[in-house]
Amino acid sequence: MSDPGTTEARPVLQVDQLVVEYGGRAAFRAVDGISFDIRAGEVLALVGESGCGKSSTARAVIGMEKLAGGDVRYRGGAVAPLGLRTRPRELTAIQMVFQDPNSSLNPRLRVGRQIDEGSRAARSRGLSTEDAAYWLREVGLSRDLENRYPYQLSGGQRQRVAIARALAARPDLIVADEPISALDASAQASVAAMMRELCVASGAAMLFISHDLSVVRLMADRVAVMYAGRIVESGPTSAVWNEPRHPYTRALLGAIPHPDGEGILPAAPATEAPATWRELVPEALDRSPLTLPRG
Amino acid sequence: MSALSINDLRVELGKDKSHRTEVVKGISLELVPGRIHGLAGESGSGKSMTALAVLGLLPAGGIVRGSIVLRGETELVGLKPKAYRAIRGNRIAMVFQDPSASLHPQITVGAQIIDGMRAHLRLNRADARRRAAELLALVRVPDPQAALTKYPHQFSGGQRQRIAIAIALACDPDVLLADEPTTALDVTVQAGILHLLRDLAVERDLAILLVTHDLGVMSAVADDVSVMRHGRIVESGPRRRIFTDPRHPYTRELLAAMPDARESLVDAPPVTTTTDSEEWR
Repeated sequence: MSDPGTTEARPVLQVDQLVVEYGGRAAFRAVDGISFDIRAGEVLALVGESGCGKSSTARAVIGMEKLAGGDVRYRGGAVAPLGLRTRPRELTAIQMVFQDPNSSLNPRLRVGRQIDEGSRAARSRGLSTEDAAYWLREVGLSRDLENRYPYQLSGGQRQRVAIARALAARPDLIVADEPISALDASAQASVAAMMRELCVASGAAMLFISHDLSVVRLMADRVAVMYAGRIVESGPTSAVWNEPRHPYTRALLGAIPHPDGEGILPAAPATEAPATWRELVPEALDRSPLTLPRG
Repeated sequence: MSALSINDLRVELGKDKSHRTEVVKGISLELVPGRIHGLAGESGSGKSMTALAVLGLLPAGGIVRGSIVLRGETELVGLKPKAYRAIRGNRIAMVFQDPSASLHPQITVGAQIIDGMRAHLRLNRADARRRAAELLALVRVPDPQAALTKYPHQFSGGQRQRIAIAIALACDPDVLLADEPTTALDVTVQAGILHLLRDLAVERDLAILLVTHDLGVMSAVADDVSVMRHGRIVESGPRRRIFTDPRHPYTRELLAAMPDARESLVDAPPVTTTTDSEEWR
C-alpha cells in the first residue's frame, strides 16, 4: 500500500508545523504550528469557532498568507505566494470556494462565462472538461441560469455557481472556507453532501473548513478540531464525533442543540473559556478509527 | 392573558403601487407571558418582517394590515408615531442578530443602558445607574460595575449580545422580540444565551418571540413553534408535537434536511445493488 515512490501514495497536501502571524513586532500568532495532510479523494474538515485560526490556515494553504514558520507542500512542491499576477498554470489545480459568493463572483460577467473561466484553467493544464451547462447541472442548478448575472441569483444559487466554477477547473485540491454557512439551513447539509460526492468522484482532495460539526459529520473522512491556533483533536470523523477526548471537542459537541423537540438546553460552559481547552491531550491527536461491532 | 395577540397580519412592501409585494400574508399568533414562541422559516419567508411590523419599524412604504394587540388593550396597527415610541423599547423590546450593529461603538455600555431607561422611566441618574448594574448582573456579564464604564469593543461577541439583551430589558418590557439572537455566535456561546433567554421568560414572566432558522435552537428553548413559508404560517403547535409529529409537508421537509436526520456519507454502502436492478425490470 504505502509505496513512497509513487505519486499516488504521496498526500496531495502536506502541512507541517504551519505558523501564521499578524502584526509586526508584537505579532499575534493565529496559527501555532499545526500539521496535517490530505490524500486524493479524501475530505479533511477543519473545525473550530471564530478566531481559532482555521481561515488563516486555509489562506496559508492557497498562498494568500505569508508563512511565519513551517511548510505547506502541494504535490511535494511549495505553493507560490498569490500575487496580483495570474497564477502559475500548475497551481490552478488548487481551487477555492469562499464563504461569501458575492465577493468571489465577478458581478459583470454572466454565470456561464465565469464557469468557462474555470474550464479554461483545466484546458491550459491539458485536461478535458465539460461545458458550463454540465457543471450547472452537477451542482443542482438549471442550465437556464447560464445567461444570468450573479445579481439575478439568490445567495444559495450564487454559492453553487462558485462551486461549479471551482469544479470546472478540474482541481485536485479544493480548499473551501465556510462554503455553506451563507446558505439557508435546509440547503446546508445537501450542498455539503454534493461537494463531497463531486470531490470524491473526481479524485480531488478537499480541505473543508466549517464551524458546524453536525454538517461535518456527514461528509468528512477525517476531522481536525482547532482551538486557539492549534489542533487539539484529530482523527476519523466517527471517532471524534462519537467519542471526543479533548475537553474542547466535548464542549463543542455538547453545545450543539439537536432538533428532537425535547426542549433540552445544550450544556453551556461555566466561564467563557476554561483553561483546559488550551491544553494538549496527546491521546486526542491522530486518533485511530473506532472499532464498531458489526451488524 | 396574552401579552401580544397578532391577528391576520398582512405586510406589504414597495415604494409605489406597481411594485408592491405582500411579504406577510395574513398570519395569527399569540405570545403568552413566561413562554417562548419560536418562529421558524427560511430566509425570505417573512419572519423578520413580522417582527419589524410589531415594532412599527418597517422600511419606508411598508403597509401593515390586520391587528396587533398588546396586553389585550392597545391596538398597535395604525398607532401614531409618538404613541408607538412610548411603547417601543418600553413595553416591547428587541434584540437583533448582530450585537455590534445594535450597540453604539462610541458610547459606554452604562450610558447606552441608562439612555432608554431615563427616556421611558424618568429615573434620576443614580437610580438609573444602580439599575443598569443590576441588569448587567441579571444577564451575567462579569463585574457589572466595571462593565458600565467600558465600550462595546472591549467585550466578546457573546458578552455584547448579553449587553444588548440588558438594554432590551431596561424598561421591564412585556414582550421581547429576538430576531436570530444567536446566529452570529459560536455554539458554545450560543448555549449560554439560550439558557439566559429561557431563564428570563420563566423568572420575569416575559413573553418572547424567537425568530430563528435554526431548528436545533428552536427545539432547545421554544415552548410553541410556528413554521413560516412564503409569508404564511403553515403549521403551528407545541414544540414537541411539531418536532415529533410534523403534519405539514414543508415542516417535514425542513426537519428531514437537518444534518441530524441524515446518514453519514463516509463509508456509505454503494447505492445500486444487483437485486435493485432486477426489481426495476
